[in-house]
Amino acid sequence: MADGSIGLWTVPLAVLGGAIRVSTPFLFVSLGECITERSGRINLGLEGTLIMGAMSAYGISYVTGSPWLGVLAAGITGALLGALHAGICSLPRVNDVAVGIALMLFGTGLAFYLGKPLIEPTAPRLPAIDFGWWSDIPQVRAALRVNVLFLIGVALAPILYWAFRTTRWGLLIRTAGESSDAARAMGHSVLLIRLRATMVGGFLAGIGGSFLSLFYPGSWNEGLSSGQGITAVALVIFARWDPLLCLWASLAFGGAAALGPALQSVGVTSGYHLFNAAPYILTVAIMIITCSPKRTLTGAPAELSITR
Amino acid sequence: MTSEAADSAETAGTIAPAADPGFLQRHGGTIEYVLIPGAALAGALVVFGIFVAMFGKNPLDLYFYMYYGAFGTWFSWQNTLTRAAPLILTALCTALPAQLGMVIIGGEGALLIGALSATSAALLLQGMPPLVVQIAMVIAGVIGGGLWIMLSGALRQFRGVNETISSLLLVYIALAILNHLVEGAMRDPASLNKPSTREIGAANMIGSIPGTDVHWGLVFGLIAAIAAYILIYHTVFGFAARVAGGNIRAAKIVGLGVSKLILTICFLAGGAAGLAGMVEVAAVQGRTNANLAAGYGFTGILVAFLARQNPLAIIPVAILLGGISASGGLLQRRLGLPDASVLVLQGIIFVFVLASDALYGRIGFLKGKS
Repeated sequence: MADGSIGLWTVPLAVLGGAIRVSTPFLFVSLGECITERSGRINLGLEGTLIMGAMSAYGISYVTGSPWLGVLAAGITGALLGALHAGICSLPRVNDVAVGIALMLFGTGLAFYLGKPLIEPTAPRLPAIDFGWWSDIPQVRAALRVNVLFLIGVALAPILYWAFRTTRWGLLIRTAGESSDAARAMGHSVLLIRLRATMVGGFLAGIGGSFLSLFYPGSWNEGLSSGQGITAVALVIFARWDPLLCLWASLAFGGAAALGPALQSVGVTSGYHLFNAAPYILTVAIMIITCSPKRTLTGAPAELSITR
Repeated sequence: MTSEAADSAETAGTIAPAADPGFLQRHGGTIEYVLIPGAALAGALVVFGIFVAMFGKNPLDLYFYMYYGAFGTWFSWQNTLTRAAPLILTALCTALPAQLGMVIIGGEGALLIGALSATSAALLLQGMPPLVVQIAMVIAGVIGGGLWIMLSGALRQFRGVNETISSLLLVYIALAILNHLVEGAMRDPASLNKPSTREIGAANMIGSIPGTDVHWGLVFGLIAAIAAYILIYHTVFGFAARVAGGNIRAAKIVGLGVSKLILTICFLAGGAAGLAGMVEVAAVQGRTNANLAAGYGFTGILVAFLARQNPLAIIPVAILLGGISASGGLLQRRLGLPDASVLVLQGIIFVFVLASDALYGRIGFLKGKS
């Protein structure tokens, strides 16, 4: 079939493709933040981590020629930023929300500074798996070109769900998040647990960033991430700190984010910018519906400053 | 019980006349508020110097050009003060809600909406006397920005939505609305490369303070900061706000209208940032376009934290950070540093300032012990 002959079906197809393609950064950041917040601390700096991850992945992939080394470098960069966040937060009387804002600005600035020479060159991208081989329609094939990172993210959600419930590490993180006194009484260092949880969270967010620069949109520039990080942090709140709900919410967000470009491709251009803002509007709307001033949210870690 | 006893013992300790009731004991707290942020700033500059040295630049050159570009000449002073004006106003957007214990970081969004509202007012009133247009622009900018942040306050108070996240999300929504309007309904057909609204007209620009190139927005900022200081520290309303910020339950028990406090403070905060948008339109750009999203709203957050949310302290801090951003151009030309180096330095300063929070009350010689 020729291009365009499927008419308006392009839109739902592109939204489906977007749910798969665009959702990956949301998914990784929200799973990472889920771990951090379950330990009783919020890291708003993941927006900066995401951009730093994108920049370092692109740089390393360009220098070494291996996109997977780029992904690893992005993860390590994210873990280091997480360690910085946790380190400053372990000081007495330091507010974790404020540190997150600081690292958001720091990460963004540092990525723009170091990434200046990376705007021109083209780095090797991550490969994709073609799940649309059975179809002749190019749009279907495009929608079903799936990146391995997406599959890893999808697998990670149930693994985390299981780990929080049954493993020693999951229980420790949750104990630190529900009652730091209880964790301390058991002889564990709450600061150390939170340091590790924030580093793992940063690692995942960094990988989410590598997806931005190495797969979709697949280049490095300063407008690469605009609010995906902070949207994903908000997403964790209405996913009730549940990794499985994070997965569904990320898919919905990816679809919403693909709406603008999809409508543009069929000729609806008038509300382009407003449709691009769909994920943010959706986030605010869902937060309005699901939050309540009367009670703290169900499932919220009791030590989390942002819900108290 | 025990904590009460400890508290009273502590108060007794500070009130009890020491052997030498010195200067430090009376003013130690104030000195701390200057000394610790100052030390944090110095530490950040040293780290930034090391960072730049790693890229083969001489840190001493860096400090020299930063000083020269910010405060070295009358020209650079004017550049610095021009940039300080919107920073004072956007910093108030974070500092005022902070009195209530709220962390609002959406000043950039209120700035954009304020700029759009002010531009709309000016375009609707074309042909009226300039003073009428300018007053209408101020009112429209304040109301537009004010309502934008009040939305975050209302969501927090009535729906329990976290105000930090909602205000940041509203920045991206504001930017989308701005782009939508300047590329659609409000677009000047003559603006080809950079979609913009029509110009508000040279006669309606607010102009410069006589004898300088610094626009009147600086005076707007100074008046707003002083008014905010008086409101917070010298009125019953401000006292009520600080009580509610200290202990929300106590505020409810003594019968303070917490909803009214939150909505009013958020409106004033957003109004300040909206005024910054109006100033950028009426004194610098002359029209609304995407150039307005220059990051003043985000730097304003840093200004507010560095000033420890004190409206008066915001003035010198805004001038300092205005100076840092003013020196960015010189660093780019003379040292070949990327324009993002200003952002890196701001980030490092922010991190140092927050980490220095741990130092309050811990510096031995400031407690007047000897």
